Amino acid sequence: MTTILDPTDERKPVVRQITPRAGALTGTVGLLDIRKPRGNVLLDELERQLTTAVPGITVKRYSKPTFTKPCPDDLRREIAGEVDYVVEALAD
Amino acid sequence: MTETKPSFSLKSLSGDTHTFPGDGPHLVVFVKEDCETCNTAAPVVEALHKAYGEKLRVLMPGQSGADNAALKERHGLMFPILDDTSCKTSFDWDIEIVPSVFWIDANGRVRSHFEGFVREEWERLSADLARSLDVPQAQIDWASLPAWRPGCGSKHLYPEIYDKLRASAEGSVIQARRIDIAPADDVIEFMFDQGFSDGLPLVPPTPERVLRMLEGTHRPAQDLVATVPPNMGEATVEKIAINAVMAGCKPEYMPVVIAALEAVCTDAFNIHGVTATTMGAAPVIVVNGPIRDRIGMNKGLCALGSGNRANATIGRALRLIVGNVGGGKPGGVERSTLGNPMKYTMCFAENEERSPWPPLHVERGFKKEDSVVTVFAMTGGPVHIVDQESRKPEQVAGSIGLGLEGVFLPKLRNLPIDALLVVCPEHIDTLMSEGDYTKDRLRARIQEVTRRPLSEMVADETSGAGIPKATAEKMGAGKLKTEVPKFAGPEYIHIVVAGSDAGKFSSAFHGWATGEIGSQSVSRKIDLG
Repeated sequence: MTTILDPTDERKPVVRQITPRAGALTGTVGLLDIRKPRGNVLLDELERQLTTAVPGITVKRYSKPTFTKPCPDDLRREIAGEVDYVVEALAD
Repeated sequence: MTETKPSFSLKSLSGDTHTFPGDGPHLVVFVKEDCETCNTAAPVVEALHKAYGEKLRVLMPGQSGADNAALKERHGLMFPILDDTSCKTSFDWDIEIVPSVFWIDANGRVRSHFEGFVREEWERLSADLARSLDVPQAQIDWASLPAWRPGCGSKHLYPEIYDKLRASAEGSVIQARRIDIAPADDVIEFMFDQGFSDGLPLVPPTPERVLRMLEGTHRPAQDLVATVPPNMGEATVEKIAINAVMAGCKPEYMPVVIAALEAVCTDAFNIHGVTATTMGAAPVIVVNGPIRDRIGMNKGLCALGSGNRANATIGRALRLIVGNVGGGKPGGVERSTLGNPMKYTMCFAENEERSPWPPLHVERGFKKEDSVVTVFAMTGGPVHIVDQESRKPEQVAGSIGLGLEGVFLPKLRNLPIDALLVVCPEHIDTLMSEGDYTKDRLRARIQEVTRRPLSEMVADETSGAGIPKATAEKMGAGKLKTEVPKFAGPEYIHIVVAGSDAGKFSSAFHGWATGEIGSQSVSRKIDLG
């Protein structure tokens, strides 16, 4: 682990901030299968529950080529351009 | 000897934790596996342990990680070899040489301490221990051992380890918030993500690098140098050092960076306005005096960029401090329409040795032997003034004047706006070819050749800038015949010399609003302690 010293006046916390929450679920939800075994089972159920609970939303499904490697840039860009939310499923 | 030593808790090779101080007297011997002298001493320590071990706790902090096991095996050591791979205990005990031997009595007082291998010292230790513990002396064939062998430097004094230990020690001068970056994160990318960068990669400001940077100045780390607009962030020497590390500075540049920051954070310079203006101003730093050569600044070929570390990183450090400590970031308070490459860095040294004139800092009241920074708020430049044909002083001075017509807009004159003129050596030679040609004469010539009647400044179909038509009508034809020069006064024309001997190309930086509502150039003596 590398430690660095804060170059700022330290008025803001240096942490990874979570994206602001919208407060409502509308638009398109992406479900990303990272290709761990049975990830599809988890996401099938999640899709079923989401579309039942929030009828207006659209669900798009994506898969990484393999869970062993980071998501390819093209796929990341494709997802970012097409959905409002993304759920990434880890399974086994 | 009444000294006591700091406590520690270290793991042995078998994973047991051994704490100092424990009960009774101790023999603590710091070693490094690849040190010849430690290998001479290790069997002696084993013999002492064998003879006195029942009444004496023998501990051997080893600095060599996994290789500590090799030392144990090589000499059949039966006492605990403790893992001081981080060298923190060696640092806390403030040793210099290994082996480093401490005999500590039951009250925690150091009875004896020595380093390396001086046979007499070890022999005396053995005798003293036997007497003190009231046991028979250890059987050691002293004659077979060398009379004297120097020890090795303790591993904790290796620069890369020592600075890290110093930075994390209690009472360290480092007080800035520490940010731990997860191993999976790329440090450079992390710093981009946090918004610390000017758009170029940064050197990670690790505590040890910052400590080394702090050695470049005599000023204490927590000295407040300036409050930096727009957020009025407090720029301590430490915060300046952090940003100087990120910019790529060497420690010896620190005094220049500090002086430059003091200069821009004055009311006169007004770094808030310089940062915020949509016109896109940036500080231009000129360095004068002996420090130029001492830190290897460029004043000659390519002085205005690029390729010189001091020039490049001093200017960059200043900009990073304004952005990070002051919070002046593009899109926030920094509102420049187009921006300006000088916002990355703009710093150079005056070529005093090639100048016939008093250097800038002397002109501004400092002694020649002083080292001084002068900051100007500039929106444009360097804009080259090309004249390869003039052979007479008045001609080349005239060309320089005409080259300044472009400040703001050629038709605008009588401007209370600064210009920083950088005269190249070949133009200097032409100016001086018929005798002394002073800076004031050059200023006067610039004003002379740029004089035009006010009528040329009136707004028209070619350009709506200048004197509004209605105002011009009120002024009348007589008044409009009045000729005015480019600058409202010669004092707005600042002149320095820089560049190499070949090439008839001078250059000019064009200013921003000058005066109380804008920015006035400021000089600061560099504090070299």
